[in-house]
Amino acid sequence: MADIAAPIAMPTSRQHVEDRRASVRTEPLGVRIAIIGIAIGFLGLFIVLPLVTVFIQAFSKGATAYFSALSDPDAISAIRLTLLIAAISVAVNLVFGVIAAWAITKFEFPGKTFLITLIDLPFSVSPVVSGLVFVLLFGAQGIFGSWLMENDWKIIFAVPGIVLATVFVTFPFVARELIPLMQEQGTSEEEAAVSLGASGLSTFMRVTLPNIKWGLIYGVLLCNARAMGEFGAVSVVSGHIRGETNTMPLHIEILYNEYQFVAAFAVASLLAFLAIVTLIVKTVVEARMAKETE
Amino acid sequence: MVINLAPARPLMRSRSVIPGFGLTMGLTLTWLSLIVLIPLAALFVKTAELTPAQFWALITGSRTLHALQLSFGLALVAAAINLVFGSLIAWALVRYKFPLRGLFDAIVDIPFALPTAVAGIALTALYAENGLIGSFLANFGIKVAFTPLGILVALVFIGLPFVVRTVQPVLIDMEPELEEAAASLGANRWQTITQVIMPALMPAALTGFALAFARAVGEYGSVIFIAGNLPGVSEIAPLLIVIRLEEYRIADATAIAVVMLVASFIMLLVINWLQRWSEKRR
Repeated sequence: MADIAAPIAMPTSRQHVEDRRASVRTEPLGVRIAIIGIAIGFLGLFIVLPLVTVFIQAFSKGATAYFSALSDPDAISAIRLTLLIAAISVAVNLVFGVIAAWAITKFEFPGKTFLITLIDLPFSVSPVVSGLVFVLLFGAQGIFGSWLMENDWKIIFAVPGIVLATVFVTFPFVARELIPLMQEQGTSEEEAAVSLGASGLSTFMRVTLPNIKWGLIYGVLLCNARAMGEFGAVSVVSGHIRGETNTMPLHIEILYNEYQFVAAFAVASLLAFLAIVTLIVKTVVEARMAKETE
Repeated sequence: MVINLAPARPLMRSRSVIPGFGLTMGLTLTWLSLIVLIPLAALFVKTAELTPAQFWALITGSRTLHALQLSFGLALVAAAINLVFGSLIAWALVRYKFPLRGLFDAIVDIPFALPTAVAGIALTALYAENGLIGSFLANFGIKVAFTPLGILVALVFIGLPFVVRTVQPVLIDMEPELEEAAASLGANRWQTITQVIMPALMPAALTGFALAFARAVGEYGSVIFIAGNLPGVSEIAPLLIVIRLEEYRIADATAIAVVMLVASFIMLLVINWLQRWSEKRR
């Protein structure tokens, strides 16, 4: 009797136990609704609303005003400069990030944690301080200032200074994304490739790279978003010369201070759009990564 | 032959068969020095040109002191607000099901990806007296934009993801048995949360708090539009650095920058220590 009844009774009783288990791990309905409400309210107020505001303000005088703001020669030159700066910074930090992650994760050496901390350093430095250090090095009163002047080289208030400041600020992004990923994957696959006769470079290209490609894409995206959007550090070194050393964020500041709000928000909307695209790709990449590790 | 080769191997090279240690480590250290370490060292070299008395006089001037107090004080308040609401948001995202949860989860990262100048003008437009939120708050006599309260709003915005993203993974990994054990031992839900869950979340939440604080102290772009920038009232330390630089008072700018840089070094040590604690607890 018991033998026959058990298989039928089991699922319901297990279900019952599962329900009991779940019920001790959750809060009353009212509390749940309150917490969800607070979370959505806070995110809505502090994040969604500012983001939506950018687009509302940008189109507040219609599409014609929006597109004429974007086709202004100063705006176009700011967009061009921003693309150039981001391309250089991303390329430089991509190469550095891969090299640094290789050195840190494929070998054992003393002081590894300290080295990672040093790479992370630019994250915790104020953007203004990041710009200031390059003024102290290459500015007119800087350490190499007079030497640069004699040779008629301009770094501060010129494009090289903006590149340096941006590379500094975005320095950790790619390495930071790759190091935990490559650490988790260990060294056995590379060791196998090398002992089968592959060279270092082909080991990297054929064994390591396919394993880290999603992390690499994500690191590059974050690096790019920050490079295009950096404001404080670039503001200190740029000199704000219209049509020459104004990046998009600096151009936004100038327009805003001149009360050209529609134009300011129009340029801002491009950067906000970039941020949204970055996050969408991030979500896709994370889903892919989760799928591949399954 | 073999005997001759062995001592020639560099001391640092591990016995790994993977090639490229010398090359990649050399490039890493060189590039790190050129881009990060030497420029940061320049700040200390420039500061060393001042006598300690001069340096002290510069950073304790009333305008400078106020700017530093404002930056550190408001960063602390903003990080505390983020600690509470960030943990709550992480809790809701991990534990509850609600419509558009995936979307809300994704937008938590917006402050990471949105340029600070864009955030700055958007927040100002919202909180100015003719803005959507500002005009509403004006009914109650509350002014946000162009006051220290406005700075706080910007710092809460940029710091929010740090707490959510450090607490979230710990909540996901938390073993259900822990709470079940507490419940079966007779704890009510409130006791389980305050005495079992919160202590387990504490290291991660504090790490997020420290990260949000460190970011907020040095924040510039999102703040300067909404702050009003009145010296002695709503002028933050990074802005004062920029102002001194534009006045060619390099020594003043450098002195403030050194204080902020040393503070961020200390924060970095604290964060590393918290993260190690957090990992040990997991």
